[in-house]
Amino acid sequence: MAKPVLYYFNSRGRMESIRWLLAAAGVEFEENLVKTQKDMKKLIKDGSLMFQQVPMVEIDGMKLVQTRAILNYIATKYNLYGKDVKERALIDMYSEGVADLNEIILHYPFLPPGDKDGSLTQIKEKSRNRYFPAFEKVLKSHGQDYLVGNRLSKADIHLTELLYHTEELDPSVLANFPLLKALKTRISNLPTVKKFLQPGSQRKPFEDEKFVEELKKSFG
Amino acid sequence: MAARPKLHYPNGRGRMESVRWVLAAAGVEFDEEFLETKEQLHKLQDGNHLLFQQVPMVEIDGMKLVQTRSILHYIAEKHQLFGKDLKERTLIDMYVEGTLDLLELLIMHPFLKPDDQQKEVVNMAQKAIIRYFPVFEKILRGHGQNFLVGNQLSLADVILLQTILALEEKIPNILSAFPFLQEYTVKLSNFPTIKRFLEPGSKKKPPPDEIYVRTVYNIFMP
Repeated sequence: MAKPVLYYFNSRGRMESIRWLLAAAGVEFEENLVKTQKDMKKLIKDGSLMFQQVPMVEIDGMKLVQTRAILNYIATKYNLYGKDVKERALIDMYSEGVADLNEIILHYPFLPPGDKDGSLTQIKEKSRNRYFPAFEKVLKSHGQDYLVGNRLSKADIHLTELLYHTEELDPSVLANFPLLKALKTRISNLPTVKKFLQPGSQRKPFEDEKFVEELKKSFG
Repeated sequence: MAARPKLHYPNGRGRMESVRWVLAAAGVEFDEEFLETKEQLHKLQDGNHLLFQQVPMVEIDGMKLVQTRSILHYIAEKHQLFGKDLKERTLIDMYVEGTLDLLELLIMHPFLKPDDQQKEVVNMAQKAIIRYFPVFEKILRGHGQNFLVGNQLSLADVILLQTILALEEKIPNILSAFPFLQEYTVKLSNFPTIKRFLEPGSKKKPPPDEIYVRTVYNIFMP
């Protein structure tokens, strides 16, 4: 069976959650990096991008676009989407909460310098006061190892990824969230995730100023 | 017998309108509790009814569902509006996500500075005509059916119709270059449950006005 091929820029952005999910599911994938404006124009001209945007993932004979559609397909295929419609609703709710906070985080490296402080304050405030308390409470309510249905789902993977990314910006953020810390450790120790967390994997690096500078320069 | 779903949101379109559309299209009667004051929002938050302290929130089947997409997916799946298999579901997902990107511009529009609002109408029109409508026109022309996916009504049709009609309110001739979408819009508007929703007296909300914008600011601004 052909490996999925991911089309995106050489950065985390909207593709990183897809990389995490495929990796966690133990699915090997290839990447076709969009490095220049020319690369992007060619993809559009070829008709490969339904709404002229990336992420795009070639998988099972389809050219899937739209991050959520891609994630939902992968999750369903690899049994990471719960056992029934009610579990799916919970997984969806938790994943959407993660996506809302992630939306602020993924834009952060690309903001003009003057806007960064405000955004970082917002990230710290929202993670500590809105999102992390909600997830800590979910874990406390059932005392299980995973967010939904006592079984690994996309919600656990997305949340773990978020915890890593938030810690990069706010190292002490998990201090008051022992259950989230435990979830992060547990998920990180799953063999597939452990492998993905090691150097040399397809995980994209933290986007510091130098990285962003070089990315912008090469894209043109 | 299950209780009717109950929607918690201000009395206006915003992010809840898609939920109203889907429930109506599925023939599901629902109740609404309109948020009018900051105090009401705090009551919901302090009572732990809102997972992330936000609305929309829908009480349905013993759950307090939040996050628009979760609510839409749950209703769609429950009422056979999400395709017959994974491949159809994935197509529906892609089409819905694209359309929601366009609808987002409409949702945010009333909250832009007045000077920016006219410019944004031009932007919406361009995105609709260049990026989104050609995709759906091609799909409809390709299979010649009355629905986007699997020859039956799905979430994708409901969200697209909602978006087209909302755009037509601002740009009346927006479908002029898209004959298949024009026919599709007419046919879908006559689908019995949708037709009822489009008639006066339904729970469909009017276009956002100054009162709605002021109410939203009063409730949500710190």
